[in-house]
Amino acid sequence: MDIIDILLSASFWAAAIRIASPLIFATLGELICERAGVLNLGIEGIMVAGAFAGWMAVYSGTGLWTGVAVAMAVGMLFGLLHSTLTVPFGLSQHVVGLGVTLLATSATYYAYRLALPEVTSPPKIEAFQPYRIPGLADIPLIGPALFNQTPLTYAAFALVLIVSFTLYRTPLGLAVRAAGENPSAVAAQGLSVTGIRMGAVIIGSGFMAVGGAFLTMSAFDSFFFEMVNGRGWICIALVVFGAWRPGKALLGAILFAAFDALQIRVQQTSLGAAVPYQIFLMMPYVLSIVALVLVSRRAEVPAALMVPFNKGER
Amino acid sequence: MARDGVLRLNDITKRFGKLIANDAVSLTLHRGEVVALLGENGAGKTTLMNILFGQYTADQGAVEVFGQTLPPGNPRAALDAGVGMVHQHFTLAGNMTVQENITLGVQPLFSLRSGTQTARKRIVELSERFQLKVNPDARVGSLTVGERQRVEILKALYRDVKILILDEPTAVLTPQETEDLFATLRQAIANGLSIIFISHKLHEVMAISDRVVVLRHGKLVGEVNTKDTDPKAMSAMMMGTSATPPDIVPAQPGGVLLQLDRVSTADIGNAPGLKSISLALKAGQITGLAGVSGNGQAALADLVGGMQAPDAGTLTVNGDTPTSWTPREAVAKGIARIPEDRHKTGTIADFDLTENAILERYNSSDFSASGWLNWRSARDYANGIIEKYDVRCPGADTRIRLLSGGNMQKLILGRVLEAGPQIILANQPVRGLDIGAVNYVHSQLLAARDAGAAVLLISEDLDEIITLSDVIHVISEGRLSPGFTRGEMTPPELGIWMAGHGFEEAAVAS
Repeated sequence: MDIIDILLSASFWAAAIRIASPLIFATLGELICERAGVLNLGIEGIMVAGAFAGWMAVYSGTGLWTGVAVAMAVGMLFGLLHSTLTVPFGLSQHVVGLGVTLLATSATYYAYRLALPEVTSPPKIEAFQPYRIPGLADIPLIGPALFNQTPLTYAAFALVLIVSFTLYRTPLGLAVRAAGENPSAVAAQGLSVTGIRMGAVIIGSGFMAVGGAFLTMSAFDSFFFEMVNGRGWICIALVVFGAWRPGKALLGAILFAAFDALQIRVQQTSLGAAVPYQIFLMMPYVLSIVALVLVSRRAEVPAALMVPFNKGER
Repeated sequence: MARDGVLRLNDITKRFGKLIANDAVSLTLHRGEVVALLGENGAGKTTLMNILFGQYTADQGAVEVFGQTLPPGNPRAALDAGVGMVHQHFTLAGNMTVQENITLGVQPLFSLRSGTQTARKRIVELSERFQLKVNPDARVGSLTVGERQRVEILKALYRDVKILILDEPTAVLTPQETEDLFATLRQAIANGLSIIFISHKLHEVMAISDRVVVLRHGKLVGEVNTKDTDPKAMSAMMMGTSATPPDIVPAQPGGVLLQLDRVSTADIGNAPGLKSISLALKAGQITGLAGVSGNGQAALADLVGGMQAPDAGTLTVNGDTPTSWTPREAVAKGIARIPEDRHKTGTIADFDLTENAILERYNSSDFSASGWLNWRSARDYANGIIEKYDVRCPGADTRIRLLSGGNMQKLILGRVLEAGPQIILANQPVRGLDIGAVNYVHSQLLAARDAGAAVLLISEDLDEIITLSDVIHVISEGRLSPGFTRGEMTPPELGIWMAGHGFEEAAVAS
């Protein structure tokens, strides 16, 4: 099978969209935080916590959507922690972010052992199933790729529109963007910079956790410790790749996912037999870095990203 | 004249640690009136206005707007009550459009409607009514300083404010832009607004205000109707003594210390480079560079300061043509620099005074030995500057960010002069300073000249150039006029050069 054949197959694109979905949630979450001026390096840990919380909720008997809500709530709690330390207290966003990642990851392991002390392999849940959208799913290539996915994937795409609309078409989005560009402009207009930034980090963290929950509730039906596996860090890069714009970030997520889906398939071709498989595993990351270098040089970083705002300081 | 007070400040007191920034200040503003708030740097003007606008909380006293007491520390309440403020340092987001900056925070946050069309109509209507020409779709970052200020004023007008506070609005404007601003303010008064105008520039205060209120060391020391006073009396009130500009004795020019021979540099973005200019800086002489902002002053300053090497032509310092021209080389050659922007390039805001004092010379043998800094001598040096140049500060270990502009400039001046420079590059040395500080900086530059230094004075204030310079060059689009000696040219004649005329003829003649 040639690479051309792979690229023309619907199953390849269906896989790419599936792999992209958690990245879309988490990238949007990170994007919201950064647009408000806060770098949230807690993303990796928050995704782990979200993956566990959503799965655990469903395993304990709640419905799937309730599970998503639980994951989101857990993410928002970590967002509250992160933003309390970084916004009103103005602590280093790097240190707090890494701290939140470590805390969320370890707290998840702890909770896992507390909840399931005896098991050797984690139990499975009844995960989200693909839902064929009648009509649309019959379009060749695009149909099976885009319109035969789980509801959570549709939610991810809807979220891109919602976040984009909110950022660019509502007063709230204007305030969030301004908080990331020049917080004193926000304060001078009588708005609370602290409130806007904390709100953005809390909501953003919630989306990150939903991204994590996608892994255990839609992509797969169980929870493993190494599941998130650096996806959070990829999302940080995707925000830059997308130049802090939701639409471009979506493209970035799909591109990365396509590389990932491609490398698995290329491993099974004649080429794959000749080359060590580690090269293929590396491919999405290498291509991401190349794309990042090419695309992001002209991107406009939010001017006040990582700049704490102290009221009344000259 | 019995008019209604729209705003009343009652016994406002504000302390920062031991410093009393405002000491029981009371002030009333009437409808349709312009009150000028005068005072030296650090007199408490901005603090008072920040209290009025709710950005600081007063320790005592209250603010009353239209008879209602404002809750302290709440800009939103001030805005809602009809108080708008144009800050000295603009509060605009550069990456966003004019319209976005103006409408930020005006609508309820959780509304789904952006109301873009209505907002736009209103902005256009306001900018016509108040003669504030600006394109609502322009990115604020691409606007000139004058245009940004118009956006700031529109921000306030958009909210229908009744009371407008302007904190040193003319500090960054050209004379023409200042005229435009005054036209706008008169329009605002005609529309029933009341204005508090903070400024150092006394002739502007005379031109625009009805009443003058003077603060000194946080206390209200005088209140007069503008028509009953004059600049001299006002400056006496501000300073507590009368300000006298320094006497100027004729220069005794010596040899050429820095020579530029047909030097060109590349344009940088919109900023023009130098176009084959020749210039000689002589010892014991102040050479003034006049010109409209953005005509190559920055390029010349960068060249002399070592930030930029000539692309063509030769630069000679003390008869020596350096092979590599860097800031360190420039400092080593005895060039001392007073940078144009003391916040951005002159100082490091979060470093203390000691660190800022030795920034350019930390590796000289005075302050370091075999790779170790000698903090004791650095501190002594900083304390020396603080004492000699009267830098008002809590101590040498204060972060320089906490100093007022005038005191920051005094430290820079001390840093420059204490090194015993041969050549002084003074780029806008008095921008934003009050009269006392201006006179002080000028007298120090004259003293340095008389001690034998060559001074290159760059300023957009033609009066300053004409008063201080022994030789004046005009710069326009990167071209340099011939040198005119003191008294050779009248201001209108220089204005013709500043507008870009006469350069071709001069180039042919040479």
